[in-house]
Amino acid sequence: MEEKKAAWKELPEGDVLEGGSSLKFKTGNWRTDRPVHIPEKCIHCFICWIACPDGAVKVNAETGKFEEFNYDYCKGCGICAHECPKDAIKMVNEQEVDKK
Amino acid sequence: MDNRIFEIRWHGRGGQGAKTAALLFGDAALSTGKYIQAFPEYGPERMGAPVQSFNRISSEPIRLHSGIENPDVVLVLDVTLIGQVDVTKGLDEGKGVLIVNTPLTAEEMKKKLGYDGKVCTVDASAIATDTIGKNIPNTPMIGALVKVTGILGIDELLEDTKIKLEKKFRNRPEIVEGNLKAIERAYNEVKGV
Amino acid sequence: MKAAKTGNEAFAEAMRQINPDVVAAYPITPATEVVQIFSQFVADGLVKTEFVAVESEHSAMSACIGASAAGARAMTGTSSQGLALMWEMLYIAGGLRLPIVMAVVNRALSSPINIHCDHSDSIGARDSGWIQLFSENVQEAYDNIIQAVRIAEHPDVNLPIMATTDGFILSHCLETLDMLSDEDVRSFVGDIPERSTLVKSLREGKPITLGALDLQDYYFEHKRQSAEGMFNAMKVIPEIGKEFAKTFGREYGFFEAYKLADADAAILVMGSTSGTAKDVVDTMRAEGKKVGLVKLRVYRPFPAQMLAQALSGIKALGIMDRAEGMSAVSGPVYPEICAALYDLPGKKPVVQDYIYGLGGRDVSLNDIRYIFDEVLKSAQTGKKAYTLKYVGVRE
Repeated sequence: MEEKKAAWKELPEGDVLEGGSSLKFKTGNWRTDRPVHIPEKCIHCFICWIACPDGAVKVNAETGKFEEFNYDYCKGCGICAHECPKDAIKMVNEQEVDKK
Repeated sequence: MDNRIFEIRWHGRGGQGAKTAALLFGDAALSTGKYIQAFPEYGPERMGAPVQSFNRISSEPIRLHSGIENPDVVLVLDVTLIGQVDVTKGLDEGKGVLIVNTPLTAEEMKKKLGYDGKVCTVDASAIATDTIGKNIPNTPMIGALVKVTGILGIDELLEDTKIKLEKKFRNRPEIVEGNLKAIERAYNEVKGV
Repeated sequence: MKAAKTGNEAFAEAMRQINPDVVAAYPITPATEVVQIFSQFVADGLVKTEFVAVESEHSAMSACIGASAAGARAMTGTSSQGLALMWEMLYIAGGLRLPIVMAVVNRALSSPINIHCDHSDSIGARDSGWIQLFSENVQEAYDNIIQAVRIAEHPDVNLPIMATTDGFILSHCLETLDMLSDEDVRSFVGDIPERSTLVKSLREGKPITLGALDLQDYYFEHKRQSAEGMFNAMKVIPEIGKEFAKTFGREYGFFEAYKLADADAAILVMGSTSGTAKDVVDTMRAEGKKVGLVKLRVYRPFPAQMLAQALSGIKALGIMDRAEGMSAVSGPVYPEICAALYDLPGKKPVVQDYIYGLGGRDVSLNDIRYIFDEVLKSAQTGKKAYTLKYVGVRE
């Protein structure tokens, strides 16, 4: 569970990080409730996609449809469910998800 | 050298009250004449991220200011942390105790963890929801901790908590009552002792 | 009365009991709570303090300087970058001989940005003309800041003073604190002594100038005056420590010598690590190893002669430095101890430096034990094995 951390000689000089490093930092484990998509209600307005602070809503530009949530990064903040005009997203406790 | 000092680690998520639990427990232990420390592990403040806090309790003054590596007891406030955080890290399988907030029995939890040491369980979330009206598991977990370790008397703990909460919630006796009931119920309901 | 308080709460409670005339402050992690809790005391009418919410630490220190120059008892609190931003004002407070009292929560300096403990902030300010007291635990932080008022305002000293805690390790650690009564603290600190020229001029309406230009012809003399305040502090600090002990039972000197009398090897350390190191000393003593400890409380003024005397019987000494002095030699405390020992007659102890705990890196019992083992080896050979080792860094 613990990554091996670099020794002082191995680190890049001067506290420099390469771009896109946040991709390596999966924040999905901060989540206690997860958003669940209800396709029957969804009108594919993409408001969830705009509102998500983590870019964890995947939409398909070609088809113009909602695709899925990216649970590797979704922190479970619930903004998408709150903003959805059609109640097409519900927040479900992770333990409930586990049971299924 | 430090076998007189009792060490505790709390696991929770940012915003769930792991820090408050350590502070409350430290304060209660102080009232019974013990020397105490309570300190959180600080990182960037992030709601929902796994966090830890710690207690040291002793009948002698405590000089140690290093981190706690081998706790006597570990408490898990949020069962969803299991599998994500190594909650048994540094825990002695022979002497240590793990207390988990879950409706599962101690045996079921042990199996889930694949851990051979002593495990106790208590449905602190359900107790808190019943008594306080909110899922705030930290006060009932203190009740379970006291039952499992015997480090404080339950009457002392209830008395001290009552005094403190009455000061804080002067005009809301239902909060005081709810928290006291939560501690007492967890004390009686903790499994695997 | 025994209470459970964090380091920040202890500082704030002491400030409430001291009841200063002016507090000017700007928040910074991990010192924010000190002035946040204190501002609540102001809002609740528990103190008569004028609280000035300024826009930066530079302004906080400037406001304290203005208040102190007008004869007020002024206090503030800060940490790390905040202390760094006060930089030029620190020297002005020292140079104008203003007994400002500051709670400093030790935290590493950027870059890289970090909020956790090391001593680089306070040690960086060591030449600014401020007296510096380090604390082992919450109790000492509380006792130190109360004594600090008396030390700073002593007519022979008149210098600003900082009492420090280790960031998070003490500032956010709830510990058992034996709190004094409000009346006892108030009677111990008393009223700020009247500084004749300033207060008289205000009272009599005779204008004066403060901080005028001093060129080649006067600057040196004024600096020499400030230095005299620091020399005098050498006498005043133990006096106040004794008076505090007489009243409250806890005595403080320049440093604490722990099981040092017959020790072959010793460690010198400041701040919260000294408590952890005492436990290691006890363990090793139980194994028959002759080890001891010096906990340095007063870093400015630097008690060189007394340290040399206390350490004269030691064969080898390890300095634990919680700052990188960037000298390409050692941490900052090491050379000062070596200089202190240089004048000892006869055989001097071997001294080795250990930089540890930067940016809040935990220092374990094993880390300290490792240092003692290293120092014991040098005590046996009587030879210095090296000047510097880093303890706890990933190699």
